[in-house]
Amino acid sequence: MKNNSDTQPQQLNDDLKMNYGPNKKFVAICAGTGCRAYGSLKVKEALEAELKKQNMNVDVIATGCLGFCEKGPMVVIHPDKYFYQSVKVADVPEIVSKTVAKGEVISRLLYRHPETKKTMFREEDMPFYKKQLRVVFGSNGMIDPTKIDDYLVINGYQALGKVLSEMTPEGVINEVKKAGLRGRGGGGFHTAVKWEGVRKAAGEPKYVIANGDEGDPGAYMDRSLMEGNPHSIIEGMIIGGYAVGANEGYIYVRNEYPLAVTHLNIAIEAAREAGLLGKNILGTDFSFDIHINKGAGAFVCGESSALFASIEGRAGEPRAKYVHAVEKGLWDKPTVLNNVETWANVPLIINRGADWYSSIGTEGSKGTKIFSLVGKIRNTGLIEVPMGTTLYEIIYDMGGGITNGRKFKAVQTGGPSGGCIPESLLDIPVDFDKLYEVGSMMGSGGMIVMDDKSCMVDVARYFLAFLKEESCGKCVPCREGVRRMSDILEDICAGKGTEGDINLLEDMSQAIADGSLCALGGSAPNPVLSTIKYFREEYEAHIKDHRCPAGVCKALITYSIDPEKCTGCGLCIKVCPTQATSGEKKKAHTIDKDKCTRCGACIESCKFEAINVK
Amino acid sequence: MVNLTVDGKNISAPKGTMLLEAIRGAGISIPTLCAHEAVSRSGACRLCVVEIKKGSRTRIVTSCLYAAEEGLIVDTKSERVLNVRRLVMELLLARCPESEVLQKMAKEMSVEAQPRFIADSDKGKCILCRSCVRVCEEVVGVSAIGLFSRGSQKTVGTPYNEKSDVCIGCGACVYVCPTGHIEMTSTGDKRKIWGRTFRMQTCDKCGKYFAPVDQLKFISKKTGVPLNELTVCTECR
Amino acid sequence: MTKASSIAATTKKIVKKHGGGKSAMIAVLQDIQETFNYLPKEALKAAAQAMKVPFTRVYEAATFYTAFSLKPRGKNIVKICTGTACHVRGASALQDKFERSLCIKPGEMTSDGQFSLETVNCVGACALGPVVVINTEYHGQVTMAKVDKIIDKIKQEGAQ
Repeated sequence: MKNNSDTQPQQLNDDLKMNYGPNKKFVAICAGTGCRAYGSLKVKEALEAELKKQNMNVDVIATGCLGFCEKGPMVVIHPDKYFYQSVKVADVPEIVSKTVAKGEVISRLLYRHPETKKTMFREEDMPFYKKQLRVVFGSNGMIDPTKIDDYLVINGYQALGKVLSEMTPEGVINEVKKAGLRGRGGGGFHTAVKWEGVRKAAGEPKYVIANGDEGDPGAYMDRSLMEGNPHSIIEGMIIGGYAVGANEGYIYVRNEYPLAVTHLNIAIEAAREAGLLGKNILGTDFSFDIHINKGAGAFVCGESSALFASIEGRAGEPRAKYVHAVEKGLWDKPTVLNNVETWANVPLIINRGADWYSSIGTEGSKGTKIFSLVGKIRNTGLIEVPMGTTLYEIIYDMGGGITNGRKFKAVQTGGPSGGCIPESLLDIPVDFDKLYEVGSMMGSGGMIVMDDKSCMVDVARYFLAFLKEESCGKCVPCREGVRRMSDILEDICAGKGTEGDINLLEDMSQAIADGSLCALGGSAPNPVLSTIKYFREEYEAHIKDHRCPAGVCKALITYSIDPEKCTGCGLCIKVCPTQATSGEKKKAHTIDKDKCTRCGACIESCKFEAINVK
Repeated sequence: MVNLTVDGKNISAPKGTMLLEAIRGAGISIPTLCAHEAVSRSGACRLCVVEIKKGSRTRIVTSCLYAAEEGLIVDTKSERVLNVRRLVMELLLARCPESEVLQKMAKEMSVEAQPRFIADSDKGKCILCRSCVRVCEEVVGVSAIGLFSRGSQKTVGTPYNEKSDVCIGCGACVYVCPTGHIEMTSTGDKRKIWGRTFRMQTCDKCGKYFAPVDQLKFISKKTGVPLNELTVCTECR
Repeated sequence: MTKASSIAATTKKIVKKHGGGKSAMIAVLQDIQETFNYLPKEALKAAAQAMKVPFTRVYEAATFYTAFSLKPRGKNIVKICTGTACHVRGASALQDKFERSLCIKPGEMTSDGQFSLETVNCVGACALGPVVVINTEYHGQVTMAKVDKIIDKIKQEGAQ
């Protein structure tokens, strides 16, 4: 079932291909939310103005997220594919007159390897991109997500055409089954099994839903897919609808992603106009349409039954799942709920074939996964790698290691439902099953990297505080149990921990995991258990010695000024909110420990690193 | 009928029976707080959990919502089950330290308060089981009360904590509440509940105050029975 | 038209725009908040009437989702991202600084009605952490030193 990308394009594409050949000159600039915050839209305007000024008829395309978020705004000049980073408006005239006009490279805008100091021209040369396999995410850089034509040019909706003209619903399910696609939202459930369940279930109408709630803090892969390539999700859903017998789809997008909602709406409109959504798609008797529902600030709505409740117009409280969603989901009808990234993989599987897809990854986890690599990491961004890539490769080869030359301590995966992985386990290949084995999980794909200045007890405290806020409050083990665990962790970080707290946390964990109604409570103990497992000494230091080794927990640290380094410049005096710092000009300053609240303003302002934390 | 094993005992139950009923029907006791015969099930308190085994997979489920299946093996007293029940009681004791009902239950289950859980003082006796909300919505049909906010901030009451325009003062919520949290006071011809005072109707025959006038008006409107035919208390009918 | 009846009339139009059914609850509440900058009581009552649902159910939804505010909010809404990546980069200290500078806590509004402070759990711009979103503008790599400048700039822009 191999589908060669050199195959004759559909009639829809022919004219467009002539304008977008492989040698076409155009300037791509990343316009995802992250780069927009860097000012990329201003750079885009400047590029357009400068090109006009220099009388060059070259398109500037605001593309979807390119993934290397650390280095935004990013500009890629095609067809040479020179990759410029941290581009400012002031750089634009030079870019146009040198690179666009004459193909000359501007060294200072290239990526420079921090150790070898070598500059690199293209994506494929850079350590961040080299080991990635960007089969899903790579398309972002080739399209303006608000233009359906761009998506069609990169073989968009070819898979849908093939499905509707050549394949049966069962055939589609079999292909997805052969490919071995597992859910990318956290559950890792076999997608084809879910689809089969809905296909066989009794009840009409049936629904397919894309979960774009992406509540794990630190994870933004789905945002970048929804913003950067909304059609890939739409195409996946139409194919899924056909496979299971659903004519209606929903995309549930969290409230905090306004650009994603905008781009999805534009894409849906355009697809309708092109006859790819609505009645009788591509002239067949299959009809399908999609609605968008926005979340309203509830992490729990990422859970399937809570998500259904939200779409139904109620408070997002989960219900007991003894009857699965595939039989009774949205409005008690058979429903397929899959994560946004899972849907985006579907056209790929149909286009390139299950054999190709299952050749990527490990035995139990096929294909690629998009991860967000954030925290104390040099190369912050989104990466897509084959399943089975090791954490070491991700953090050091692609991530470039820890910022500020500090030491790696742990990487948190799976969000608030996951756990921390210490240095000793960095060789594990990333796949669904391996991460479970070490007490964590893949979750939606967020990877938070921590260094020696991160306190692992504080990390557990943070996650439990988060879960306490987000608990829907329906069941006792979560509402009351997570709250009590959170209180105990707050005590420990405030120096009020008592002997026996660690054992109590461990005891409560099993009951909360077993007794909770949904996975929010069910996996709430994970961050606590995994940090206790690998960093017990830190807990003990907090409880027994009233000490925070990483220097984070305010109640357990003191600030003092190193008289050797202090130049008496007075900056810290200016910013201190409690007038705890004092001293004469050009003489070493001191901090009054009783007034100091350890807010950190002085450390931020001091140019001589003269403030010590103990 | 389906056949299943509970605590080693073979029992059978009609298809569709929830495990809770099947197990209690076999004479085995299971504690509950949020299940009430008058309203739908919610699985909120988690006390009725049991450990089930299907094939090689074991799971902890609430017996109030899990239907009996052929060949299911159920353990109502496994370590995991007892742990969940113990933690739920410890948490509820800390949440509602003044509830005699919870104290009695805890004693029966040999559970003591966990000193590390500092007792709340602002939650009254409410365990957020939602029975009151459900009876008002499903049986009475006025939806005067609800559970607002979420997580540990969740509270029961009327919107904005103001007098409800739709409450009929029937007291069904008081009747189903497992801990007696809801306050309903009666003095003379007045009944006060949820911040609103209702005038009580006297029985035509015995003269006792028996129901709020508003409740009778509501029933009259709903059933079409004229109000003057409803002003006799249940004892005198 | 009184203020209350004007709010009710606007709300009825919003409900109608979303098809009039109760499943549009969240979208209706979002539009009400978009229109009035918070959820007025009159609007919630009118929505309940128009969607034919008990007022209690509307209030349940309004209080469950933290995106909604039942209290009036300031002209400028300052949202501090407290996602994990931002937390690890010092969002908590930044939040303290905003609280000191504006003299309000999250969920509150300044007495002149200019600013409201909120925390939000990850806006998905983690490379720029710590992130603060003010109205629709994303501010990245915000340091405590930048906070007062940002606030002053907004005050100036508002005065114009």
